[in-house]
Amino acid sequence: MAGEPILQVQDLVKHFPLTLGVLYKRQIGSIQAVDGVSFDLHQGETLGVVGESGCGKSTLAKLIMALERPTSGNVLFKGEDIAKLRGKALKAMRRNIQIILQDPYTSLNPRMTVGDIVGEPYEIHPEVAPRGDRRRRVQELLEVVGLSPDHINRYPHQFSGGQRQRIGIARGLALRPDIIVCDEPVSALDVSIQAQVINLLESLQNEFNLSYVVIAHDLSVVRHIADRVAVMYLGKIVELGTDREIYDSPTHPYTQALLSAVPVPNPEGREARERIILEGDVPSPADPPSGCRFRTRCWKAEAICAEEEPPLKPRQGSDHPSACHFAEVKDVVHSGESG
Amino acid sequence: MTEGRSLTGGPTGPPTAAGEAPTPLGDAAGGEIRTLWSDAWYDLRHKPLFWISSLLVVVLITMAAMPTLFTDINPEHAVLANSLEPPGGSAWFGYDLQGRDVYARTIYGARTSILVGVLAMLVTTTVGLTVGIMAGYLGGWPDGVMSRIGDMFLGLPYVLGGIVILSSVAGVRSNPSEAAIMAAVILVLAVLAWPVTARVARSSVLSVRAADYVVAARALGAGPRRLILRHILPNTVAPVIVIATLNVGAFIGAEATLSFLGIGLRSPVISWGVAIADHQDYVRNALHPMLFPALFLCVTVLAFVMLGEAIREALDPKLR
Repeated sequence: MAGEPILQVQDLVKHFPLTLGVLYKRQIGSIQAVDGVSFDLHQGETLGVVGESGCGKSTLAKLIMALERPTSGNVLFKGEDIAKLRGKALKAMRRNIQIILQDPYTSLNPRMTVGDIVGEPYEIHPEVAPRGDRRRRVQELLEVVGLSPDHINRYPHQFSGGQRQRIGIARGLALRPDIIVCDEPVSALDVSIQAQVINLLESLQNEFNLSYVVIAHDLSVVRHIADRVAVMYLGKIVELGTDREIYDSPTHPYTQALLSAVPVPNPEGREARERIILEGDVPSPADPPSGCRFRTRCWKAEAICAEEEPPLKPRQGSDHPSACHFAEVKDVVHSGESG
Repeated sequence: MTEGRSLTGGPTGPPTAAGEAPTPLGDAAGGEIRTLWSDAWYDLRHKPLFWISSLLVVVLITMAAMPTLFTDINPEHAVLANSLEPPGGSAWFGYDLQGRDVYARTIYGARTSILVGVLAMLVTTTVGLTVGIMAGYLGGWPDGVMSRIGDMFLGLPYVLGGIVILSSVAGVRSNPSEAAIMAAVILVLAVLAWPVTARVARSSVLSVRAADYVVAARALGAGPRRLILRHILPNTVAPVIVIATLNVGAFIGAEATLSFLGIGLRSPVISWGVAIADHQDYVRNALHPMLFPALFLCVTVLAFVMLGEAIREALDPKLR
């Protein structure tokens, strides 16, 4: 990955205040949804973000989309800080970064035709396409995502889930963005449709040289599409590496636990595989544990874990950064196959 | 990834082939892009309910505008000898207590009743919808302020509020003009009823505001105007239309209540409400002076409710 990254996320923090009181609101604490996240994204690259629900993945997506303002930190698109833009400049910036939402049943306005939905980006940014050209462009987009251009006057309820998600993708593509944030793009779809949508996303990436941030809780989806993977736990990235590094030689205990829970289709050796079952629930993000946030559920935790927060840095025996004092490579995906 | 490119022509390729239910509207191969409103109009034109109700509304409005088209009898002409005479050859609907022709008075009464009902509905809906959408969209303290003001009016008992406002605007003993008293009645009805519409609109906006398609539009850079007019309003308006059409009937009835109390429209103003109020003491002697205005009232309310229902259905693509 040579050259300047297209998107740089630097030390991003988002705390939601918890308030009490009706007229006078006192702040009694804060939900630390995203707490010091940094990563780079290059042109044409796909970064997968995985983690349990409530770990701050969706907040991260909203921060990148400038739908929420960060408490601190920067989101730089080609060196320009998105989080500080206002008004017209922000609107212009939105052409560069688009989002594909999780649920295709709620992400399309039921009272707009497909032509209206996919054409809306051109109405908001009229400088992109002249009025007379929009219909043709909308039909082209429908064709690109694998829908019939004749369906331009239909309503969303006349389509299946997979087709609706394609409409959402067409809308995201309309402004020819450089980056598309996919917030759980396939988790609401049937498994048979998931592969089609994932493949569509990949072919579009090749065609338009897109960069993706794919947020998902399904590791197999992320593995299929991502070049690099960031594993999040309670608002922090605990491990970051290429898909090979993360899947074949994970060093963080949380990553290992997640991977060991991925279903294995091959029954041979399935029983022999070691499964790491985490105890307890994710702690409240309003009151995260001291030191390492994972220590309350970690089988390796020792006194130092409660006192000192492990930084995200390359550890002994591996090249990719991991935030664990006791990081060591352990292949949990293939361990059963050899034994 | 090997079959990445094959997707466009892949299994779900052209979805028409998948045995999908054909749309009644069909697919435009070369026509222009249709919108919700043009589709709604197309849908309305094919609904008998719409034509029946609009025909009724047109007839009633003609009646209100030009009563002489329907009768040449003077509604003020009273012959006491005919008092409470039942319907017959000389008077289709009979005579009222003062010996006036009930048919003529019912025709002439349409003007005030419909004017009061429709105008009060328009004011109520405009104010209620605006306040409700603002409160729901802005949230926070503007929502708190607007909702509490609405609650204040909602807490005021209807009749008490009517008495207080009307007797201060137009004193019982004074002799205000017909237009002034009608304006006062419309004002009272709107002031006391807008919070209901506002509440319904607000709750509807709240359920729509957080929807993903609003988030997607914001991510595209849509401003508040577009968000409200294109995304929130069309998905909010259905319950408001229902309330608005029901309100027309309720307002005509409420106008009658105020008339009965002697603070609303009063004789010599001719209205269905006044006729019903004036004759309800004589129901056991003669039903007809009350029956016919009441019947017209019912038909009017029914026409507006049916019209509202047809429009609401046409605006919901899922019902097509």
